[in-house]
Amino acid sequence: MNAYLEFRNITKVFPGVRALDDVSLSVKQGSVHGLVGENGAGKSTLLKILSGAHPQTDGVILINGEECRFNSPKEAIDKGTAVIYQELNLVPEMTVAENLMLGHIPARKGFIDKRELFEVSRKEIEYLMEDINPNEKVKNLPIAQRQMIEIGKALLHDAKIIAFDEPTSSLSEKETKQLFRIILSLKEKGCSVIYVSHRLNEIFEVCDAVTIFRDGKKVATYNSMDEVNHDLVVSKMVGRAIEDIYSYRPRTIEGPVFHVENISGPGVPEPVSFTIHRKEIVGFFGLVGAGRSELMRLVYGHTRKKSGTLTLNGRNVNAASPAASLAEGIVLCPEDRKAEGIIPIRDVTENINISVRKKYVKAGFFLDKKKERDNAAAFIEKFQIKTPSLEQLVGNLSGGNQQKVILARNLSLSTELIILDEPTRGIDVGTKSEIYKLMYDLAEAGNAIIFVSSELPEILGVSDRIIVMRDGMIVKEIMREDASEETVLHYALPEYDERRELIGEKR
Amino acid sequence: MSTAMIDGNKTKIPSVGRVASHLWANSGMLLIFIVLFIILSLFVPYFFTWRNMIALALSVSMLGMVSCTMLFALASGDFDLSVSSVVAFSGVVAGVVINQTGAVGVGILCGIIAGGIFGALNGVIIAKLHINALITTLAMMQIVRGFAYIVSGGQALSIANPGFFGLGNSIFMGIPSPIWITVVCFVMFGVLINNTTFGKNTLAIGGNVEAARLAGISVDRIRIMIFTLQGLMAGFAGVILASRMTSGQPNCAQGFELNVISACVLGGVSIKGGVAPIQGAIVGVLIMGTVQDAMNLLNIPTFYQYVVRGTILLIAVIMDQIKQSNLQKAV
Repeated sequence: MNAYLEFRNITKVFPGVRALDDVSLSVKQGSVHGLVGENGAGKSTLLKILSGAHPQTDGVILINGEECRFNSPKEAIDKGTAVIYQELNLVPEMTVAENLMLGHIPARKGFIDKRELFEVSRKEIEYLMEDINPNEKVKNLPIAQRQMIEIGKALLHDAKIIAFDEPTSSLSEKETKQLFRIILSLKEKGCSVIYVSHRLNEIFEVCDAVTIFRDGKKVATYNSMDEVNHDLVVSKMVGRAIEDIYSYRPRTIEGPVFHVENISGPGVPEPVSFTIHRKEIVGFFGLVGAGRSELMRLVYGHTRKKSGTLTLNGRNVNAASPAASLAEGIVLCPEDRKAEGIIPIRDVTENINISVRKKYVKAGFFLDKKKERDNAAAFIEKFQIKTPSLEQLVGNLSGGNQQKVILARNLSLSTELIILDEPTRGIDVGTKSEIYKLMYDLAEAGNAIIFVSSELPEILGVSDRIIVMRDGMIVKEIMREDASEETVLHYALPEYDERRELIGEKR
Repeated sequence: MSTAMIDGNKTKIPSVGRVASHLWANSGMLLIFIVLFIILSLFVPYFFTWRNMIALALSVSMLGMVSCTMLFALASGDFDLSVSSVVAFSGVVAGVVINQTGAVGVGILCGIIAGGIFGALNGVIIAKLHINALITTLAMMQIVRGFAYIVSGGQALSIANPGFFGLGNSIFMGIPSPIWITVVCFVMFGVLINNTTFGKNTLAIGGNVEAARLAGISVDRIRIMIFTLQGLMAGFAGVILASRMTSGQPNCAQGFELNVISACVLGGVSIKGGVAPIQGAIVGVLIMGTVQDAMNLLNIPTFYQYVVRGTILLIAVIMDQIKQSNLQKAV
């Protein structure tokens, strides 16, 4: 037995919900243990117990054979654990060095020892194989580098157990590779690593063992990745076999419905044009920072465009504001669900009806609460939104259900063009599959759909046509039949630029 | 973390415990107010008399009126510090106009509109120029107070027309008019926040402004409306105060803005926005007024009254914080 970290019969009960039910698992020293499961399966709860955010109701944690119980994050950190969350906990206005050593900033007689601060940070950054100036402010760094700083922080606290919660959700492929290199070096140092991700490819790439959760229970643990394969994990996760989560449905695409001509603005420096047809699903692919979300914000009127015209059904539409776009039947599900989508402290009914409610008002002024409740209840039923009541605060729902609430909000309106910006980010396989089906339904009902995603498999699996973006420009359009991972990536990757110049291809 | 599916057919059977915890979660301050009220009625002489009840209600009428609109400012995640100065300024304006023209109605209207103009100005600066509400209304507080002194010449401005005094001093069914007006305001703004798109959009802005904008809410317009309403209401309150004092006083209502915000927060209105029950504002106003009244009846010296008021506010928000963190843990 060389389990460094062991969870023994952990149960966590929240009022009315058993979030974790008698879960036991152990992580060896110098190994990476993957946790997978759908949203609400209990992975995050386990991390919260490990981080001291929520003490367990029952069961024990053993670290190096010593029984522990964490009542606060500090107790957990003192025992050498670190949990690196999707939302990073850095102070944007402070420098890299200050962030790295926050809480332990070296000082002499109360004055900061700047040289020591700089040196320790520089060494740490070097270890992380990063090229960052320790005196740079964190707000000026890309997300990938911020994540590295978070890892550096954990290492400086001498963490022996490091847990990652969906670390790659906002990283590019290259950055992901670098993260994996760091994780491997953590392993070599003898750290026990817990790796939570929805991306099974990553689990298979980086983990030595995997535990699968479903509905708060442990379904299975495999101590060697040779014992399992992708399909087996998925079927254990959802409790049934999934042939093809995309189950693409071909449609007869009709005439053009939405045309953008020479649009430019923040994030899209050069004018961009494209057309979407009725009943068509167009996937917009690009690496992080390629300008897809920025383009969608312009189209939706969330940011002001410098130039360009939009035509919907042959008629000029002026995307002056989100309100104006909604009135034309153009809806957008934003990329950042928490920051731009949900209103966490308001309830499910209000969140669903926020856009449509002015159509329901009585006497031009008073809310029709019955209609709002009926509408919310209908969507809860239709989308299988898991919520204990219509009055539950949306902040308390799981990510997938929050996404469904946002979809319900947009689809409460009559729609012509539906823009879905990363609708499946951080969502489990089962819910993803439901969202793809919904997209086909919506397309069949006559909508044009723009589907933005950084996950190439789903872009390839769902889209009728793929538009590849890079550096704020559209670099290529590829029909479904002609698309493959290689062709799409070929255009999305920066190296393409030089190649294009070499062969003198016209854009 | 909740995984139960919603079931439209079954209705939950309320247990005593659940009802009690629901009451505590939603109207904890109301329970505290009731207990406080009963204790004061039993132990403070003359407290529970009709005369004192009327005096109490009258003393909080202005606070109540302005808290109705402050509720909206707080609900949207902002607040307005300039209300105290607007109260003074609009009273002075009403006085000047009435003394000049002799027309009471015109004077009242001018006072209210003067408040509305500064409110709208606040709103435009905050919404369109994206200046922080703290700074904007802090600056406006000084500017408007200055105008109040300028227009009045720095002195209390006696109003000669007795027709004007009826607004704040007439009695209907044994109850003075400011109390009636306050009750009407609470009902109107209660309906506005709970039953209209304007109210819900305000709460949405306070809950997550980006999400609200993307969901098609005209955030700027609603912000301007909120501050304009706030100005109009402060103006109205100022005119009523002038009527009660039979003069426009440029130095009146100093520190009033903090009392209004205190009352709202006391009742459970979130300073961060998004949570703004009208019953909270009402209870907050009543607690503030009750404590003040009881302290006066007990002849507690003014200096100590400040300490007591501040302490009550602190205790209330600390209790609220504890309640909130318990709620979050329960999630």
